[in-house]
Amino acid sequence: MSLPTDFVTEVEQDRRRYRRKQTTRSVLISAASTLVFAVVVALVLANSPGWAVTRETFFSGHYFQLALPAVLKGLWLNVRILFFAVIGVAILAVILATLRSLRGPVFFPLRFLAAAYTDLFRGMPFLIVLYLIGFGIPALNPTERIPAAVLGTIALILTYASYVAEVLRAGLEAVHPSQRFAARSLGLTHGQTLRHIIVPQAVRKVTPALMNDFISMQKDVGLISVLGAVDAIRAAQIQQATTYNFTSYVVAGLLFVAFSWPFIRLSDWYTARLRRREQSGGVV
Amino acid sequence: MLDVKGVVKRFGDNVVLNRLDLTVDQHEVVALIGASGSGKSTLLRCVNLLEQVDDGQIFLSGTDITDPRINADKVRAQLGVVFQHYNLFPHLSVLDNITLAARKVHRTDVAVAEQRGMDLLRRIGLEDKAKAFPDRLSGGQQQRVAIVRAIATDPELLLLDEITSALDPILVGEVLDLVRHLRETGSTILMATHEIAFARTVADRVVFLDGGRIVEQGPPAQVIDAPTEQATRDFLSRVLH
Ligand SMILES: Nc1ncnc2c1ncn2[C@@H]1O[C@H](COP(=O)(O)OP(=O)(O)OP(=O)(O)O)[C@@H](O)[C@H]1O
Ligand SMILES: [Mg+2]
Repeated sequence: MSLPTDFVTEVEQDRRRYRRKQTTRSVLISAASTLVFAVVVALVLANSPGWAVTRETFFSGHYFQLALPAVLKGLWLNVRILFFAVIGVAILAVILATLRSLRGPVFFPLRFLAAAYTDLFRGMPFLIVLYLIGFGIPALNPTERIPAAVLGTIALILTYASYVAEVLRAGLEAVHPSQRFAARSLGLTHGQTLRHIIVPQAVRKVTPALMNDFISMQKDVGLISVLGAVDAIRAAQIQQATTYNFTSYVVAGLLFVAFSWPFIRLSDWYTARLRRREQSGGVV
Repeated sequence: MLDVKGVVKRFGDNVVLNRLDLTVDQHEVVALIGASGSGKSTLLRCVNLLEQVDDGQIFLSGTDITDPRINADKVRAQLGVVFQHYNLFPHLSVLDNITLAARKVHRTDVAVAEQRGMDLLRRIGLEDKAKAFPDRLSGGQQQRVAIVRAIATDPELLLLDEITSALDPILVGEVLDLVRHLRETGSTILMATHEIAFARTVADRVVFLDGGRIVEQGPPAQVIDAPTEQATRDFLSRVLH
């Protein structure tokens, strides 16, 4: 290029100064409003009559330390269950979504069963599935003791596979039909079209929804404590029963948040990135 | 009217506009031509404030619209824009598409806005499609509706980016006739186009862009039929033969 573009005119420098000032200003304003908000909350709390007792029962440093090891150990069980449940959900959901997308009258029974399954489990509260599996299967089979954690994992898989299957199916259908025609007219077979064209685009569409399901699974894995498996919540409950102090629940809650926080941020970041890419590629 | 002064636009290391100067006078129709990737769309997007310039200034009716202190929505309300893909809103009828900005942005009375919308539709011979939805229209009809939507609020400047490149030759004719009509009624237009023949008949001035700068500009008879610069000759010989 003939003129150096890294030389910046006075007007542009002025604009940049102004934008920097605006940025600083908004940072300052948000900091100030956060501070005011925090002070108000703190004052309201500190002035409420039961605050001293509440603080001791829910936010006691002593009981926090006491509960932490047991609750952490419980969380490790949650993590392992989540690991196996995610694998199970992935497999079952793909099978269900595939069954539901099968075309042709021969497959009607399979399609119908898959649809009935997803309808049933999407409608049923997870707690009820847990009870039915957790207490129903052992009742069918009284001689053999199946660990509560295994039953909880199964319940989690059954429920979440139905959500995820629907997300996958919707994603496949959301790819514009012209993409399929374009691929078929290049001579790709039905299978190749699915593998190289439809699925890659569908994955991009469904990833935010899938990440959201995963985050909600991370919390729901705590519900298996109702079956008696000693996970983080159950460990907190045991602590509470012996000390009559509720800090252990706060510990469990904080640990769950800390555990899922990275994924929550990741999912937000990824969704924002997808949106930006669509914007710059778009015609506007 | 429009005054582009020393505008720089970069994408990473790619300098797309390199201290570009351009003026468009009132009632003037200016055609931007140039190879694919020469920055025609980028320039229009900068004028429309969809892109932030990296240096230089753009004045619209004397106001510096690159100044971050001004309200970008106010500036865009003075501009009419049509892109290559007629971005009609699929969930609104043709008439609602045309009257949307008048009703929501300019707060015109609904009856007045619809009256004006119907007048415009009559001008492009589509008054019987007023209640139809965009997917019931042909490509040329959709593009004409998009142009009419852009002029419905009497913008000071109309920006057109390759408005015919998604259309077949017959539909192109329909759309170009409409642009000619707009020129006769005194609209100010800045358009990017690959239709050299069209630029020749409708533009007051043709501007040839290359390497992020204006290489040559002037009346069509001069730039298209008797170009003085080698780059212009090369480009024209490639597109005309
Ligand atoms: N959002 C973006 N990010 C990065 N580079 C971009 C972006 N938009 C445009 N470019 C680059 O800027 C250059 C100019 O693009 P522009 O769309 O303005 O060209 P054009 O003259 O309109 O071409 P055409 O005639 O094909 O429409 C190209 O090299 C393009 O790759
Ligand atoms: Mg372009």
